[in-house]
Amino acid sequence: MSAVVAYGLAGAGLVAVGLYALVVHEHLLRKILAINVVGNGVFLVIVAAAQRGPGVPDPVPHAMVLTGIVVAVSATALALALAVRVRDATGQPRLAVPADGTAEPSAGRPDGAAR
Amino acid sequence: MSGLADLVVLPWVVAVPLAGAVLAFVLRRHASTVGQAVALASAVTGLALAFQVATAGAQRHAVGGWGAPLGIDLYADGLSALMVAMTSIVGLGVSVYGASYFVGTQGAAEHQRAYFWPLWLLLWTALNALFVTADVFNAYVTLELLGLSAVALVALAATPAALTGAMRYLLVGLLGSLLYLLGVGLLYAAAATLDVQQLAAAPLPAGAGAVAIGVITAGLVLKTALFPFHFWLPPAHASAPAPVSAVLSALVVKASFYLLMRFWFYVAPELALAAISQLLGLLGAVAVVWGGLRALTAERLKLVVAYSTVAQIGYLFLVFPLALGQADGFTGWGGAVLLVLAHATAKAAMFLSVGAILKAAAHDGVSGIDGTAQALPVTLFAFALAGVSLIGLPPTGGFVAKWLLLNAALATGQWWWALVLIAGSLLAAAYTFRVLAHAFTRLPGDPPPCRCARGLEWSALSLAVAALVLGFVASEVLELLRVGAPVTGPVLLERVR
Amino acid sequence: MSRPEPVSAAVRSLAGLLALGLGTLVGWVVLTLPESTGLREAVAAQMDRSGVTHPVTAVLLNFRGYDTLLEVAVLLLALIGTWSLRLAPAERSPDRPGLVLRELVRLLVPLLVVIAGYLLWLGAHAPGGAFQAGALLAAAGVLLMLAEVRPLGRLSPAVLRLLAALGVAVFLAVALLVMVQGRLLEYPVAWAGGLILAIESAATVSIGLALAYLFLGDEPRVGSGRGRAG
Repeated sequence: MSAVVAYGLAGAGLVAVGLYALVVHEHLLRKILAINVVGNGVFLVIVAAAQRGPGVPDPVPHAMVLTGIVVAVSATALALALAVRVRDATGQPRLAVPADGTAEPSAGRPDGAAR
Repeated sequence: MSGLADLVVLPWVVAVPLAGAVLAFVLRRHASTVGQAVALASAVTGLALAFQVATAGAQRHAVGGWGAPLGIDLYADGLSALMVAMTSIVGLGVSVYGASYFVGTQGAAEHQRAYFWPLWLLLWTALNALFVTADVFNAYVTLELLGLSAVALVALAATPAALTGAMRYLLVGLLGSLLYLLGVGLLYAAAATLDVQQLAAAPLPAGAGAVAIGVITAGLVLKTALFPFHFWLPPAHASAPAPVSAVLSALVVKASFYLLMRFWFYVAPELALAAISQLLGLLGAVAVVWGGLRALTAERLKLVVAYSTVAQIGYLFLVFPLALGQADGFTGWGGAVLLVLAHATAKAAMFLSVGAILKAAAHDGVSGIDGTAQALPVTLFAFALAGVSLIGLPPTGGFVAKWLLLNAALATGQWWWALVLIAGSLLAAAYTFRVLAHAFTRLPGDPPPCRCARGLEWSALSLAVAALVLGFVASEVLELLRVGAPVTGPVLLERVR
Repeated sequence: MSRPEPVSAAVRSLAGLLALGLGTLVGWVVLTLPESTGLREAVAAQMDRSGVTHPVTAVLLNFRGYDTLLEVAVLLLALIGTWSLRLAPAERSPDRPGLVLRELVRLLVPLLVVIAGYLLWLGAHAPGGAFQAGALLAAAGVLLMLAEVRPLGRLSPAVLRLLAALGVAVFLAVALLVMVQGRLLEYPVAWAGGLILAIESAATVSIGLALAYLFLGDEPRVGSGRGRAG
């Protein structure tokens, strides 16, 4: 099995596993980790495809993945900070339902702007 | 005007808001002033680009001088120019509103004011960069810039609902972007280029191309909140600060829809089986009805407007059955793009006016605005005018857009979409009048005092008037849209069958 | 807010099916990819005009430098977004950092800084460059934070913001200035190497600072004892 196929299939597998984990787990940290797994799977597929052919690998997918890694790190950092705030505000590190926000009207801060 | 074609405008629509964002971040105490000045400059630059494309044709700028596929190209045809113009007008209105909305010199209010401007300008940068890029990987980077700034802006409200809504939005958005990136990676592996025009010209291997476009569509449909992937939108849009809600509904969801149009109409129209177009149209139709019904029964005012967005997004997906793969598809194409523009201005006006109303209301339920018509006549008029455009009554832009879609539906023999359009308008009328009925109830005694600044009311009204004006300039807009359009045909079709 | 219910079996099955389907489709595409050299030749043909000798650096900082500009902006955005969330400062433990940590910091941090500088310079002709160097600087910053030393604690928040934005600012400034003689980010060939190094140096500082302060999470406050009101 060539490197392209091995890493490419591994990447596809990571995407599948991460997608399942994202939906199934409730804890925010697990969801964030699941997103990272999906991301790494995608990067792996891209880099594996760059390996095709003789000689040095294609540099453009490598640059794509480097950019992707920085973007993923940035997104993960923001996600973690937001998860901490969600836990502080709601008492638990989970996304509370109802998902469509049919909670009763709340007095006090209707407009979302701080006084 | 021959010099206009030589003027380089394209890179500036990205550079101006980006530079402004950096300045607004570093000069914290002057963030509001810097923000407003840059907003004006960005709007002017964006409108200049639209004018340039209208007079001198499509524009292309090879960043770095390398040219695709080695380098990244910026490209503006009629569609891009209109999207940038939409961003400019709505952005300017929202910026004026934000200047009066985020006033604070101490504590939490100062914090919100200081961070709104850099985040908002980065969002504007992302929008413009997305609309003018011709490189599909560059579009991914702009998509992430857009998503992260939108999430941070939602979380700025700092309520538990806003934080939870922002977290859900972030997770869904990241999944969508990663699916998009996966598709882009597969496309590059198959075609060895990342440029839209070169991908369109290159023969894609059928299997790899279908999987790639399918994955890209899945990701973008998630980000555009098409039914049944709309669950994240109402909590996020309804709990954000009012100017942020306006930007999210008016502009951010349109960005991923724009990319969907680029991929299906430009890169791989040959993959569009009738079944796929009809499926997308069907999901859109369900969104129209479902969103309309939820808007009718929602208890919180901002939820009514957020569900209205879900419904209006459904209309947009009618572009696939009505224009993709159709001879004379320009009617459907023009109708959908006009609807994007009309909805942007009207929905922004609606969220901005709701924000002003809520500052004077007792609570954020629909019944909480009883009596506010006496105190806020200008704001209520803005809301009503915006509602008229969303319903699709003449002479607004919403009317022209729906008229074109109706015409396309009947002329191509797909009469069932006409039923969807009519049902959606009825529902929109119902939920708009429901809100207005509450606002116009007369309360005993004096009207509640309004502490809102004039800037809030008049920026909301300006955007509502823009939705109205769009109806009058629709033919000029459609002429601009013809530059680089993927489909041809007359504006209005004769009845074929 | 009510407690979320555990994910139902129906959703689990659906998610499993979708995940399996996606994995299979992508795997199938991987197996049936045609042989292709991608853009290897196109890159190799232009290397001598790129100002550097490593192809990935050339793509990142020259051919597709516009992507890198936006990417540095994304990192800055993450920092701004995290600071906008107003996280509470981490609690300091009452004990002084242990001897091992203090000695390790004393040994490692200067080493990290030197290697970061080396990686920055190395990027022109081998794997390396601004991001790698910035990550090392951030690691040094994190070590210092663990030892309860604020790496740039004496600097005012305004200067910190300036340093954080420096990467984007310098990159954008260079991108726009070269438009005098050409297009956006079209470096004059003779100056390409120097401009790239300048951009990467500014970016290294910003990336290191951003990543380190993302670890910390809370927004820098004015002085000690004189916190911001509210």
